[in-house]
Amino acid sequence: MTGAKVLLMMGCPEVPIQTSIALYLSHKLTNLGFDVTVAGTTAASKLLKVSDSDGYYVKKLVDLDKTVVDVIEKRTDFDMCFAFMHNDAGMTYAATMSSISQARMYSIVFGRNAEALAETMEFDCVKIVSQDVHNPVRLKNKLDKVMEEIVK
Amino acid sequence: MSCIEQMKYTIHLQRTSFKDAREYIEKNSDEVYYVSPGYKIFKDYYIIGVPPIAVGAKGNALIFPYTKPCYGTFVLSIDDEDSIKEINRLRETEKEKVVSSLKKSKPSESFKATLTSYQDIWKK
Repeated sequence: MTGAKVLLMMGCPEVPIQTSIALYLSHKLTNLGFDVTVAGTTAASKLLKVSDSDGYYVKKLVDLDKTVVDVIEKRTDFDMCFAFMHNDAGMTYAATMSSISQARMYSIVFGRNAEALAETMEFDCVKIVSQDVHNPVRLKNKLDKVMEEIVK
Repeated sequence: MSCIEQMKYTIHLQRTSFKDAREYIEKNSDEVYYVSPGYKIFKDYYIIGVPPIAVGAKGNALIFPYTKPCYGTFVLSIDDEDSIKEINRLRETEKEKVVSSLKKSKPSESFKATLTSYQDIWKK
């Protein structure tokens, strides 16, 4: 899987753990040899850019809506997509990506309504569900297991 | 920013779930069409959504879902010359689907029988 193209799709950054998990996942996957692109809304991207001002953890940061259009127009695609979601809109973006892309989908569902939100998802994906808002450790541990499976 | 935000639109529902938006469109449109995520409308808006995505026509207005990551899904309608073109395009696409599905289906036995000539019937 080395060199495989991975997209991390960040939604609304209202729930704090999204930014730290995105930085962690981007860095970890890059070190494992994946070609990682992080896509975000304007606010999510600004949070990431300030946290990682030298681009140490995130090498490629792009606009979420532009990336979706590029995939629809077949200008780009990915082998794997990790979609962050804590609300219905995030789930709607992930369902769209699942429909337009060839990527293997991983849905990172977090926040207070994580379990209820995960139950509404009808598209094919690996679900990583954690009801956390502020403390990213439980979600990080779950993602570590997923990454172990990916590189096996 | 997509072209939608610069157009004259009416908001029917705001900050709702995609499921509720779909139900609203189905209940409040004269005609309902279903499109895939990424279906392009107007100049440059690609519809984001959970398939099947309902898009409606009410008079000359096109009713459609519009999802923003931080604000949820909105149901918007646009009623202008461009919406008429979009509704006509949906109607044409629907017609093409019907024609292509008719072409794909094999003729049934009864249909084959109607292709037999009048003289052939007397030969039997």
